[in-house]
This record gives sequence, C-alpha cells and structure tokens, in this order.
Amino acid sequence: MGTTWKSSLPIRMDQGLKSELSKQGVFTTTVEELYNWGRKNSVWPLQFGLACCAIEMIATTMARYDLARFGAEVFRPSPRQADLMIVAGTVTKKMAPQVVRLYNQMPEPKYVIAMGACAISGGPFKQGYNVLKGIDRYIPVDVHIPGCPPRPEALIHAFMTLQKKIEQQTLSSEDRPRHLDPDAPSEFPIPRFGEHDLEPPSNPDVWQPPVARTA
Amino acid sequence: MAAAGCPDRIAVETIEQIKSRIEAAVAGARVDIVPNDSPSAQRSLLLDNAHAVAVATFLRDEPGLQFDYASNMTAVDWLDAVLKEKVKVKKLVEGVEKEVEETVEKQRPGYLEAVYHLYSMALKHGPLIIRMRTENRADKNHLPSLTRVWRGCEFQEREGFDLYGIIFDRHPDLRRILMWDGFKDFPMRKDYVEPDDYEYEPTAHYEVLQKAEKHASEKVAT
Repeated sequence: MGTTWKSSLPIRMDQGLKSELSKQGVFTTTVEELYNWGRKNSVWPLQFGLACCAIEMIATTMARYDLARFGAEVFRPSPRQADLMIVAGTVTKKMAPQVVRLYNQMPEPKYVIAMGACAISGGPFKQGYNVLKGIDRYIPVDVHIPGCPPRPEALIHAFMTLQKKIEQQTLSSEDRPRHLDPDAPSEFPIPRFGEHDLEPPSNPDVWQPPVARTA
Repeated sequence: MAAAGCPDRIAVETIEQIKSRIEAAVAGARVDIVPNDSPSAQRSLLLDNAHAVAVATFLRDEPGLQFDYASNMTAVDWLDAVLKEKVKVKKLVEGVEKEVEETVEKQRPGYLEAVYHLYSMALKHGPLIIRMRTENRADKNHLPSLTRVWRGCEFQEREGFDLYGIIFDRHPDLRRILMWDGFKDFPMRKDYVEPDDYEYEPTAHYEVLQKAEKHASEKVAT
C-alpha cells in the first residue's frame, strides 16, 4: 500500500478472509488498523490542570487507577509533545485564552477531553461573571465528562471512549480526521480580553448554540 | 475570649470601651458603633476616613488590644435607598396626649464600604470589625489603604478595588487581581450589567430561563 492516504478507495480487508487466515496462524492487518492501534495506545496527555478536577485526574494516573494501563502514563509538561488535552477544571475567562493557546501549540493529531461540569458548561459558576460557559465554545472537544468532579473511573471511561473514536477513524475517506485534511484548521482563534467580556464570546465555527425547542 | 451570649465582648473590653479608648488616644477621631439587628448581634466600629490609619495603628500597637492580625478584608456595595424608620411621637389625639408611631422616610445616598476583621494573635481575642465608607459610589470612592498597618491586606484591598471599584489611597500596588487589566466593570457591584451570553441555558432555574428568553427575543429582533 502506498503512502497516499487520500486515495479514493478505502482499503478494507475481507473480515471473513482475515478470520480464516488467523485460524491458519497468519496475522493480517491494514495500515489503517496498525496506525490507529499504535495511536490509541500511546496518547500522551498534557500535564495541565485548572481546578479540583485536576486532583481526580492526578488520582487517575496514580497506582490505584493507573491510567498507564491505557498507554497514557506520560503526562507531558510541554504542549509540543502532547496529544491529548484534558481540560480538568473551571475555565475562567481570564484563563481561556491561555487554554486555547496551549491547544494551538499542540501538534496534530490532537484531542480534547472536557472533564467535569465546569469545563463542559461552566458548572455551578455558569451564571457568574468570570467563568467561561464551556471550553467547547473555543476549541473542538472530543469527549465531555459530566460530574463535579468526575470520579477516576469516569475519566478512564472517557479515555476509552476516545480510544474507540481513534480506532474508528478512517485515513482516506471523506470523513477522515482533521490532521489528515490539509484544509481543516489546526489552530483556533485566541479570544481577546475585552472591556466587558472575552471577544468574541465564542467561536461560531466550533460552537453554535443548540436550537431551542419550542414547546 | 468571647464570653457566651455576649458577642461584643472582646477580651476584657467591650466595643464601647474600645471606642472610648480610640477617642481618647487619637485626637479628632470619630468612631461610631454600627448596630447589628441580626441574631449574632455582632456590632462593628465605623471609622472616619481621615483618621482611619491612625486608629488602625493604635488598635495594632496598643498593649491592651494588640490587634496584630487582619484575617479578612471585604467590601459591601450599598445602593441609594429610602430608609423607613418608625418613630414614636407624642401627639394630641382627641384632646389626650398619646404616643403614636409614625414612619419617617429618609433618603440615604449609596456608598461603598470596606470591612476588616481583626484578631489578636498575641492576646488571643477577636474579632473586632472595623468599617470605612466612601462618600458615594461614583467619583468619591476613595478610602485610605490599611496595607501599611496590616501587610496581609494588600491582595484583599486589590480585590476590593477589582470587584467593587474602591480606590485605596497609598496602596503599594493597586491593580486588578482577578479580572484582566482592560476590564472596565466592577462585577460585585449591585448594578453590574453582565454580558449577555445566555444563548443556551438548559436549566429549570426560572430567572435564568427568563434571561435566555430575553436573549433569544433580542436576537430575533436584530
């Protein structure tokens, strides 16, 4: 198979043939499967916490819950070496530009888990003056975890959900992930500090308010 | 130690005794006792701004008081208000002099108030609560900084400036502390207008839902 992943033909193996071959002791795979298997088992998170959810995130990495079982033991202190941003905690409006900037500094492919009520919606501070109503207003979020704070099991569940997502990504079709599409954006505009609020208050390319249901 | 049932009693001195000691020691200082109708009945001392630093220094250094620790500084925003007071007035009712209750309305201009909670680590007593008030909420919003008396007030006075807009004169470093530098509002003031970001409020909270509806209707209008 060539290296041009943008070929129009998706490379799929006959599952029956594959199973038959494995019975004969012949292991077959595709580049796509191998590539995704490697990626999903070596997701390195960015070492970065914002509030109390970070304590649960730290507990998840420690011996009792041991996130290392999933290949994510290396929390990188530099965004240049990280694949996954776990937004663990309250994103204040003062912190939001820095979070977006860190995300922009991460190399593709990159993923975001928004952990806890604050990171997904603002949580108990939603109607306050200083808390962003969810980090998904500025950067694309792959997995949202509710909870205040979510237990380590919930973070592991989110991590496994992300692994499934990575596993199912195709490398060549129309819906291939962003990092294989040269036209897709890799960086997102950093909000500026305005006189009354962040400007803009959200990135419409990333987030649109759900259409309100009329009763 | 505060005796049970007598919250104003601080060490061996009542708040009245402290007031008279301040007035005796600091020439010209005006100290008022702010009443407290709540069950705690925790009264406080209102200092005049001109002598506040001298009074604070006295409270810290006086051997019998030694309030060497300002545990907390916070602020209160009081809007313009009409106070209704019931006053007993003697009146002639049908030829007989009787006491009649009348309500008197008083206009009270708004002000910003700084509140300090003082303790003594040396003598293990407290709290003593002192207050200072600005003249109004708009342009005359200056208060003397007590950071040079209690160093720990520095960040809390910055917070009072950031969220309430009280300007502490002679503060060593009066900048915003929680909000960013270009921010123009004072979010903890009662007339603060929050940014309208009520696009999506999946909640059962009635007031929030109303804001979301208002946001939606205004968006349709534009």
